[in-house]
Amino acid sequence: MLEIKKLTMQFGALKSISDLDITVNKGEIVSVIGPNGAGKTTLFNVVTGIYKPTEGDVLLDGKSIAGKDPAVVNRLGIARTFQNVRLFLNMSVIENVMAATYAQTKSNIFSSALGLPASRKEEKEVRAKAEELLSFFGTRLTGYRWEQPAYSLSYANRRRLEIARALATNPKVLLLDEPAAGMNPKETQEITEVIGRLRSEKDLTILVIEHDMHVVEGISDRVIALDHGVKIAEGSFDSVATHPDVVEAYLGKGSADRK
Amino acid sequence: MTEQTTPENLGIGTDEWVAQHEKRLSRRAGLLGIVDFLNQKVSPLVRYLLLAIFAVGFGALVHNLYLLRIAANLAVFLALTLGLNVVMGFAGLLDLGFVAFFGFGAYAYALTSSAQLNQHWPTYLSVPAIVITTAFLGYLVSLPSRRLFGDYLAIVTLFFGQVFIQLIISSDSITFPGHEDSVDITGGSNGIPGLDQFKLFGYTFKTITDYYWLLLVVVALLLVAITRVDRTRVGRAWRTVREDPLASQSMGIKVNNLKMLAFIVGAAIAGLCGTIYAAIQNAVFINGFDMPLLTLIYAAVILGGSGSIPGSILGAFVMSVLPEILRVQNYSEILFLTVLILAVAALSKGWKRFGFNASLVILLGLLVKVISSALSLATTPTSTWAVGPVSKALKYWLLMPANRILWGNIAFVLLIALIANYSIAKERVKFYLLPLIAFIAIFVWEVRLVIEPNTTRQLIIGMMLVVLMIVRPQGFLGKTRVEVL
Repeated sequence: MLEIKKLTMQFGALKSISDLDITVNKGEIVSVIGPNGAGKTTLFNVVTGIYKPTEGDVLLDGKSIAGKDPAVVNRLGIARTFQNVRLFLNMSVIENVMAATYAQTKSNIFSSALGLPASRKEEKEVRAKAEELLSFFGTRLTGYRWEQPAYSLSYANRRRLEIARALATNPKVLLLDEPAAGMNPKETQEITEVIGRLRSEKDLTILVIEHDMHVVEGISDRVIALDHGVKIAEGSFDSVATHPDVVEAYLGKGSADRK
Repeated sequence: MTEQTTPENLGIGTDEWVAQHEKRLSRRAGLLGIVDFLNQKVSPLVRYLLLAIFAVGFGALVHNLYLLRIAANLAVFLALTLGLNVVMGFAGLLDLGFVAFFGFGAYAYALTSSAQLNQHWPTYLSVPAIVITTAFLGYLVSLPSRRLFGDYLAIVTLFFGQVFIQLIISSDSITFPGHEDSVDITGGSNGIPGLDQFKLFGYTFKTITDYYWLLLVVVALLLVAITRVDRTRVGRAWRTVREDPLASQSMGIKVNNLKMLAFIVGAAIAGLCGTIYAAIQNAVFINGFDMPLLTLIYAAVILGGSGSIPGSILGAFVMSVLPEILRVQNYSEILFLTVLILAVAALSKGWKRFGFNASLVILLGLLVKVISSALSLATTPTSTWAVGPVSKALKYWLLMPANRILWGNIAFVLLIALIANYSIAKERVKFYLLPLIAFIAIFVWEVRLVIEPNTTRQLIIGMMLVVLMIVRPQGFLGKTRVEVL
């Protein structure tokens, strides 16, 4: 489904990612772990078109998407959330989701201004779709919350809303950048279940960056560990978590021997 | 009033919005409470209906040409404000070349409907052609600007605006290759006089009243169209561009195209306004399309609340009618006193306090008057200064010193110092400071400012903007915006 081939991303003299190969199969949930500065978010930025890779290629269904405009990449079927949560803060909760249906809807400035039936119908459909997507998270983002401004939401709800917004673009592949960051244990448990349901109910292929090892253990079919832009381990959660290079990357040189 | 929200009474699963729900419903005390009440209870439809009835009634009942001219100018200004609101309010683009499109529309109409180039196009042809051409011009300007945001965009668009002005000024003697004589196209700084009147459906627009009705229709259609666009797909996408272009792009929205569209729509509206404005004025002059107008339109958008359509209406109304009112001393006195009383009422937080403050001001005035007459200070004779209804009412109360300039200046400096201190003073000090400031403000106004209406006009508008931006940075009807939380 998603193939990253010999990818290198260089900023001046700094090699953020070097010679990275990752393959994600259809319907798989793959977690990317690694210490801060390992190049995880840079990887997401390259895949979604925010950065143009220095070398290598990114393929979606066998077609190259490397260096394409983020809007085009999204329209081809890759949606994402952001590590630092980038909602449209001064828009309402439901507007955030409705806005993300832009690429699939058609009404233009004239049909809207004239209030043509097609435009009105589309508006109703978009609203219904947004309400349905928000109900994915139970009652957390429904009812009276629809009209709230996004900035009034709690941190956990902002992360949920960002996932709903990404879903509204009808993606095939979903990239989640630290979905459980800043959540309490109960909410973390809940988001773990949500990610599982995203795959089963929405038929998605998911790539996750996550620091919380409970989440990683709970959701991953496969785990990839990065350090300094290089893949140091890949496989099941257990094999990666106990891999000497991974332990070393997190705890420092010699830690693995001492154990 | 409900108690302040603290982290303790935020239960599990509730957030700030829920916790403050009661607080949002409860009314504030005093004058601000009434404003809140009107804001919540009167539905937008009723407001627009009242506005429409007023506008139609004005056109039907008023036959004073001066008033109608002001109203027509207001309508043009309002349409321009709505246009800028699309560019700046919805899409968040700081376009400082906006008036150039207005100027282009006006000049294009002048050139196609006057003896200047001996062109007399029919209105139904020239106006649509000009609107389309201006929109195309907007597209051209947006090409180099589409990757820019904020300050950089402002500089580039400012450049285009100035280029337009220079082009118009210097196009009064252009030599074409192969011709000896130079050709005067735009009339340079002399402008183009004697334009044709609008002629639509066999009817020639003769008076300002005709244009007033035309403008009413144009503004009404614009309002409906812009409100609808704002609520649907394109409007939402514009707001995402304003909020966070990167996130917007990552959600499949083509940010550059939307920015260009905002430019084009803004330019088309400005071009249309330009044609009507030129026909009303019956002439075009380049200095009408320069910085002062741009500043006024921006002030109107910001004053009303950037991004808010009712805000644009209010802002345009205030910025175009206010300077006219302030021309006449009697009106400006009434306005000043009304604003002062409203300000004191708003700052008093409650009617009891307001009554107390008002009586304190009256007492203060009488005290000063009594003391000054006891000291037998020289005063200006009442008959020379008490001319209008306000000053006549004030003549037994207000001290008018013989040397108006000196005492006026001293009081002015004192007033500014007191106002500056007011914002940082403690509650208890503020309590006594407010009546004192109110009294000195009346004194300064009557003694010093009334005799110089032109300076006062600018001063009062400037002051109003400063105060508003401190008290309500989002504008009259704008929503509070959060940058980062």
